[in-house]
Amino acid sequence: MAGMSGRMSVVIKSKINKLLDRAEDPSETLEYSYQKQMELLQNVKKGIADVVTSKKRLQLQQQKLEQQVVKLDTQARQALAQNREDLARTALERKQFAQTELQSLDQQVAELEAQQAQLIDKEQKLRSKLEQFRTKKEVIKAQYSAAEAQVKISEAATGVGEEMADVGLAMQRAQDKTEAMRARAGAMEELEAAGAFDDNLQLGSGGDDIDRQLHELTSQSAVDDDLAKMKAELGQGSAPSPALEEGAPAADQPQQSPGGQA
Amino acid sequence: MIVRIATEDQYRLPDEDAERLNALDNDAVAAVEADDEDRFHAIFEEMLQLVRTDGHRLGEDELEESDVIIPPPDLSFSEAHHEFNGEGLIPD
Repeated sequence: MAGMSGRMSVVIKSKINKLLDRAEDPSETLEYSYQKQMELLQNVKKGIADVVTSKKRLQLQQQKLEQQVVKLDTQARQALAQNREDLARTALERKQFAQTELQSLDQQVAELEAQQAQLIDKEQKLRSKLEQFRTKKEVIKAQYSAAEAQVKISEAATGVGEEMADVGLAMQRAQDKTEAMRARAGAMEELEAAGAFDDNLQLGSGGDDIDRQLHELTSQSAVDDDLAKMKAELGQGSAPSPALEEGAPAADQPQQSPGGQA
Repeated sequence: MIVRIATEDQYRLPDEDAERLNALDNDAVAAVEADDEDRFHAIFEEMLQLVRTDGHRLGEDELEESDVIIPPPDLSFSEAHHEFNGEGLIPD
């Protein structure tokens, strides 16, 4: 048998044979082998926990991106309302990019979830096989001569060893995939930190130029809204719209200011 | 014959399937050597399906060594180069 899978079974066999050669008492070998496998089972549990942690990190990244998409959409609308089509276009371009990343992330998280379920399933199976091995070793100890026991142990240990190696392989593949995804998510984070889609619109906090301009528009329009609200409260005309705040109406009607009426 | 699909499960297959499996194994090696990715994936998929449909999953109480270990179903083409070379998974 060629290839990795072939090598895998060869490695298992040689390890087990070495183990069996070392011990003279088969029952001692059985105990040792069982203990060793229980230890490995703990590693499997730890490996699964690592996959879960990585998945959670990716999901956080997903949530961030989702928020980003909503924010960029809002920014685009705001920019458009201010007749800043250039800014709206930039925001929409970033939204597209974030959405594409989100889609691939969604797919990867789904894959990871399937792998995680498979790993949990395999861990369960391994546990059953170890239990089987434990039962078998008691039978072997009680019923067989040393020479026969050696052969029986070798068979059982190879079977359970192969299962163990296979869980290890499944875990390794899940971890490799998770690592690749995390590296990608990390690159996304770096982009974010560099301001490509900055989450923080406060001035002077590292936002890039377009974020700043969008922020200015946002705050400008918020000021306009406040002004309009204030004017309405002071009983100045009906529904003053920010669009009319061009300076000209104020010049035409100087007597309407509260100060002038006092 | 006991066949394991790596990262998946172990199956017990009728001995007649050995020949069919070996033929697919050789085809897979040929596809890899010809650098024909699509063809490789088609053959590999056929191999997996043969085992899954013709085989019976081993019970959780069976501790058996596999006669053949087929690589993980999500094997990439570049990984396939390390698996399907020479005599393939099954020595001729």
